[in-house]
Amino acid sequence: MSWYYIEGILIQSCYTMLIVLGLSILTGYTGMFSFGHAGFVCIGAYISVICTMALGINYWISLLISGLCAMVLGALLGRITLNLKGDYFCIATLGVGEAIRLIFNNLQLELNVGGKHFVLDGAKGVASVPLKTTFVGSLIVVIFFLIATTFLMNSKHGRNMLAVREDELAAQMSGINTFKSKMLAMCMSALYAGIAGGMLAHYFGYIQPRMFMMVKSTEYTIMVIFGGMGSITGSVLGTLLLCALPELLRAVGDWRLVFYGLAVVVIMIVRPKGLMGGKELSDLPFIAKLLGKNKAAKKLPTSDNGKEAQA
Amino acid sequence: MSERIRDEIVLKLDRVTKRFGGLAAVDDVSFGVKRGEIYGLIGPNGAGKTTIFNLITGVYSITEGEISFLGKTIGRGPLVYRGEKPEKAKLLQLKPYEVMSRGMARTFQNIRLFKSETVFNNVLTACHAGADYSIFGALWRWTKGPKWLTKYRRQEAELKEKTEKLLDIMGILEYKDMLAVNLPYGQQRKLEIARALAQDPQFLLLDEPAAGMNPEETIALMELIREVRDRFDLTVLIIEHHMDLIMNVSDRIFVLNFGKPLAEGTPAEIQKNHEVIEAYLGKEDEL
Repeated sequence: MSWYYIEGILIQSCYTMLIVLGLSILTGYTGMFSFGHAGFVCIGAYISVICTMALGINYWISLLISGLCAMVLGALLGRITLNLKGDYFCIATLGVGEAIRLIFNNLQLELNVGGKHFVLDGAKGVASVPLKTTFVGSLIVVIFFLIATTFLMNSKHGRNMLAVREDELAAQMSGINTFKSKMLAMCMSALYAGIAGGMLAHYFGYIQPRMFMMVKSTEYTIMVIFGGMGSITGSVLGTLLLCALPELLRAVGDWRLVFYGLAVVVIMIVRPKGLMGGKELSDLPFIAKLLGKNKAAKKLPTSDNGKEAQA
Repeated sequence: MSERIRDEIVLKLDRVTKRFGGLAAVDDVSFGVKRGEIYGLIGPNGAGKTTIFNLITGVYSITEGEISFLGKTIGRGPLVYRGEKPEKAKLLQLKPYEVMSRGMARTFQNIRLFKSETVFNNVLTACHAGADYSIFGALWRWTKGPKWLTKYRRQEAELKEKTEKLLDIMGILEYKDMLAVNLPYGQQRKLEIARALAQDPQFLLLDEPAAGMNPEETIALMELIREVRDRFDLTVLIIEHHMDLIMNVSDRIFVLNFGKPLAEGTPAEIQKNHEVIEAYLGKEDEL
């Protein structure tokens, strides 16, 4: 295997991880299932390509712009759909995700800015996008967002989201503005997806609406659940494993997607709460010991003791 | 009565009606709760007690009438009664979190905890009104330096200290790292009260806190409610089916039957009231 091949998989893992991280905030922490995340990735990809190719904006700034555009769209969508409960929200996001893809499927755009000719031709998409996404660059971006997300989830904002997931009515009664928490989760997850979309476009060198089908959205959701809802470590592990798995299974040829499905099923049976089961790396006993936290080592009172204490 | 009850009316329901379709779940109910009081709300099953709680906390909209808390209107239906006749009024429907942040807290009939979070986090989450750092504020966590840089650390430390204190008062500090769902039933009730107290309420609504408890636990809970009221200077509105508990702990009692007010008075008065006895035990056959 050449380094070029491995690097490709690593870059793919990096931006997928960014998407899954964002989805983990929405699904894993806030408990809102979204099946339209590929739509946000699609927006991000197209916006960033328009920025770099038509307007000649720097790659990094175009990533930021694409993220912000996706975030604005997420906010608008959230305004309409976040009051929907469970399944209804899921269906709404599914519809929006597909709608975004179909818009780009039919969009004809020709731009002439400063002598540059840019053509966006519906289902054919855009070709010869500059290959700006490097492994080091995407690794830095992912690590930055990984740290930011960890910090945010360990703050009152993250705990509010968890409260919404656990029991929305009780959260409201505890004085939490649940709509605001859901909106924050939605915006953040759209921002992440938008940035990742920009990275994706500049890695492949071409984009077409077919790359953002609902199957992709489902794949991201599978990664979140596979890793364990409400765990950042889980999302990272889930992404790495599920990105590498199809490549490792190339040996079995056409059967690889069967084995991929089988692996997911086995994991969900063996560990129904996902790989990490809602735990973080720092919760594992040996890591906790390493960090000097003896929280996990302390013996917890059993319920029998509790009854005695009560009486 | 004793000096802890003051004349100030904390919560006032003014001819409140709630209809679900054709059914009046709450029909023309008015009462006022004085500061420092423990006010009992009783009635047979389906009398509309929990609906009243949901009207007060803003979960349901009001069909008619007005509810005010600490002198300010917190809910108003499209029709109110100023005099005898109903008149049109501007609808007012606050969001539940807005109502709660004015100094209320409640517990639920069927315990509603953040189940898969730790006991500590359950209470910590309800303390959040005490921290106002922004999303970006959560990202810089300097331990030393100017105030705006250390805001996160300072406020988180305050919240954690408050949480530990509350858990200690309720006697469940030893369980703090356990998941809420794994707690024994009685402790879950206590945890729910601790979570309610974390919001620094002036007014506490307890919805059947003794449901599913044995007599000893009920007595312990009664003591706890009194102690908590004295320590935090609370006004308490309590729904309960255990007559022992409600007759002992309440200063005044309000009786509902099929959504309609039946009687109001001290426990002694209620125990003698014929209508109340009828509602609970049925009418004596006339021979």
